[in-house]
Amino acid sequence: MAEITLKVNSKTYTIDADPKMPLLWAIRDMVGLTGTKYGCGIAQCGACTVHLEGQPVRSCSLPVSAAKDKNIITIEGLSDDNSHPVQQAWIQEQVPQCGYCQSGQIMAATALLKRNPSPTDKDIDTAMQGHICRCGTYPRIRKAIKTAALSMNQKASK
Amino acid sequence: MKPSSLSRRNFIKLSGMTGAALSLGFYFPAKAKEAAILKTETAENLGIELNAWISIDTSGKVTIVNHRAEMGQGSFQSVPQIIAEELEVDLNQINIVFGVGNNTKYGSQITGGSSTIRDNYKKLLRLSATARQMLIKAAADKWGVNEAECYASNGTVIHKPSGKKFHYGELVVDASKLTPPTEVELKDPKDYKILRKPLPRQDTPLKVNGKAVFGLDKKLPGMLYAVVERNPRFLGKVKSFDDTAAKAVPGVKHVLKIQMNVFAHKREGVAVVADNLWSAMQGRKALKVEWDDTGFEHHSTEQLYAKMNESFKQKPINYKSKGNFEDVFSAATKKAEAVYETPYESHSCMEPVNCIADVKENKCEIWGPIQAPDWIQSDLSEQLNIPKENVTVNMTFLGGGFGRKAFTDYPHEAAVLSKELKVPIQVMWTREDDMTQGPFRPGMVYQCKAALSDDGRIRGFETRMAGQNMDHQNARSNKKAYNSNVTEGFLETYLNSLPHYSFGDHPLDSPVPVMWWRSVYSSTNGFAYESFMDELALAAGKDPLDFRRQHVWDERVHHLITKLEEVTRWKSREKNSGYGVAVTECFSTFVGEVVKVSKKADGKIKIDKVWAVMDCGWYVNPDIIKAQVEGSIIMALGAATKHETLFKEGKAVQKNFDSYKMPRIADIPEIEVHIMDNEEKAGGVGEPSLPPFSAALTNAIFDLTGKRIRKLPFNLDAV
Repeated sequence: MAEITLKVNSKTYTIDADPKMPLLWAIRDMVGLTGTKYGCGIAQCGACTVHLEGQPVRSCSLPVSAAKDKNIITIEGLSDDNSHPVQQAWIQEQVPQCGYCQSGQIMAATALLKRNPSPTDKDIDTAMQGHICRCGTYPRIRKAIKTAALSMNQKASK
Repeated sequence: MKPSSLSRRNFIKLSGMTGAALSLGFYFPAKAKEAAILKTETAENLGIELNAWISIDTSGKVTIVNHRAEMGQGSFQSVPQIIAEELEVDLNQINIVFGVGNNTKYGSQITGGSSTIRDNYKKLLRLSATARQMLIKAAADKWGVNEAECYASNGTVIHKPSGKKFHYGELVVDASKLTPPTEVELKDPKDYKILRKPLPRQDTPLKVNGKAVFGLDKKLPGMLYAVVERNPRFLGKVKSFDDTAAKAVPGVKHVLKIQMNVFAHKREGVAVVADNLWSAMQGRKALKVEWDDTGFEHHSTEQLYAKMNESFKQKPINYKSKGNFEDVFSAATKKAEAVYETPYESHSCMEPVNCIADVKENKCEIWGPIQAPDWIQSDLSEQLNIPKENVTVNMTFLGGGFGRKAFTDYPHEAAVLSKELKVPIQVMWTREDDMTQGPFRPGMVYQCKAALSDDGRIRGFETRMAGQNMDHQNARSNKKAYNSNVTEGFLETYLNSLPHYSFGDHPLDSPVPVMWWRSVYSSTNGFAYESFMDELALAAGKDPLDFRRQHVWDERVHHLITKLEEVTRWKSREKNSGYGVAVTECFSTFVGEVVKVSKKADGKIKIDKVWAVMDCGWYVNPDIIKAQVEGSIIMALGAATKHETLFKEGKAVQKNFDSYKMPRIADIPEIEVHIMDNEEKAGGVGEPSLPPFSAALTNAIFDLTGKRIRKLPFNLDAV
């Protein structure tokens, strides 16, 4: 066990954990933010995706020690009021069904749009290929990413 | 609907205001066919258990109970949308809470068979209209005017001649003193303002910010976490185990052998219980278990299918037949035969099964992603020997269900552990547990034969089906009797036009646990008969769509086929493309799908587009329907071209998404959905678009390449 400091959504948390514990369980069970989901535990489904220093990572396969003192953003950190353009687009296009995978999908989409404000279908395929949705919301995810891109670009040009 | 309304305490507080609220619900009088409407107060006086479907408090806020699960299919939106229409309130005025498991109160709560709307919409319309009528009467009495001069709109009652208004909240005290009218007038669908509109789902905001509480997100004070090492062979037992290393893992509190029910059998395993999930998982890794796997067969997939094929030599359990197929077949000059094979499948909900149980002496409370809370209540009452009324089953949001979460094994497992350890326990199945322990969709083999007349019409049709029968797993089932579920949907669209047909079942006995998988038997039946219809169309020398039309007897299906023909421009199909059609019935809904395929530059097959036309009769929300159709098609695409569960030496081979390959975003074709507009009785929405897809796809591939695919799944890249 070791004392580890985590910076999650701009707040600092000190936890006492096995350094090998995946970041996912530290976020869910120790920090207490349950929006980040367990889906497979082997970085195959993307449900656990969070941002580490702005990059999307699979928190189920990253030891908590590797996230020490780094900036972590989870789904709860996107906005206080669903106002993030990606959340807005997800609502507008009515993406979620069961909703379980959507935290990961949204974190991946947010990271994609940050580095590529106008993604093509191919860019979307590449960025989102690691994310499984059993309900089959893929057509709406694609649409919502384009909707979000449009609104972010409009905002940027104002 | 605000997130804060989701707490049960809130609702109890609200609905507890019987003196100052109008609260109406149903009860089910013994032997009565229809549910009766009663006020909560009256029911309490009579000692009748009533479900408070609708409560309106003095602020005008409406609280309703959703007694069915929300697993993505949209009950959380469609139920309030029905109520808002007839109650004349804004959707935003409605708070929704999940009902706990109790079928004496609610009637069946199993969220299966795509039944939430089709089983309940008439009751919900009537109940809402009853509440509205009582509020109008209360207002008319207050003003001393005739009821006919008043109407309800947007949470108020208005006196038309004078323009005077009362807010619903101002009327509930008086309305609650009235007797509910026995007859109410329902709206003409053409006057609907809320129904039939693609209104955004009220649970969406909670599902884009991590606030929706799924089973795994629920925590109780003092709760411990458990993972269970279960025998990988379904009927195997624990011989012995060594927990020395497991107990040395920090956080691990208990290691114990447990048994839980899987239908008529006991599943054996060793539970590792810790103060956090990660520790429990680490402890489990350090556990050494020796299994006893004697006394039952350890089948491979090959052996299971060999047994199914072998069983066709035996006499089947015969059911559903007309005329004399044997004679017609032997006399026919034009005939066809084919065998189709479909795989075992895992449900693989994105949220693996999990459950919290808190068992205290004579009480048990459950929280979890649960599709059938009333079944869990009955089952746990029986298993734990606790009175039914002391078993409270709370539903969280479900991270997918698809039939898997209607099964009682995982709540039972949690309850057994909590009872033993006397603390609240959350059991989590890892993805590997979820994928390897089942229950699975059963694999099936279909043997189809048909005789055609000289003018190319079907004279006789015979199908023999081999595979595990889901009902046969129950201890009390009669394994020799006809079980109509097996033929669900089979040929339903054509059956009445066939002069001779015969169905026979060859149930397979196997230790593999099996369970409903989205659209149940229809999910594989559709592939068999709609593939065979295509082969028959070819043998008859007819256009596949026309051939189906010739054999359809229901006018609704005729209209549906015409619509499909129009939207796909079937008569002017593109060159160098393959088109396949399939039309199926499932849970009282008809769906026709057309798939278009072509070859990519590298010669591999590409799915260009899928058209779907659904006739589900009376419906609520076209956007939810569209989403369900898209989702069903994508799930079917996975089962047709990506994944299957194989068995080796009695164990499931595919353990996680690295080997159980799922469809991903780049695999998804354009999907165009159409809904037939009519006022027929409501049919199901969540499942019926799944059955036609795989046949429409393989029929399209045949059209393009001349290759007939009769075994699922197949690799699209290798066709």
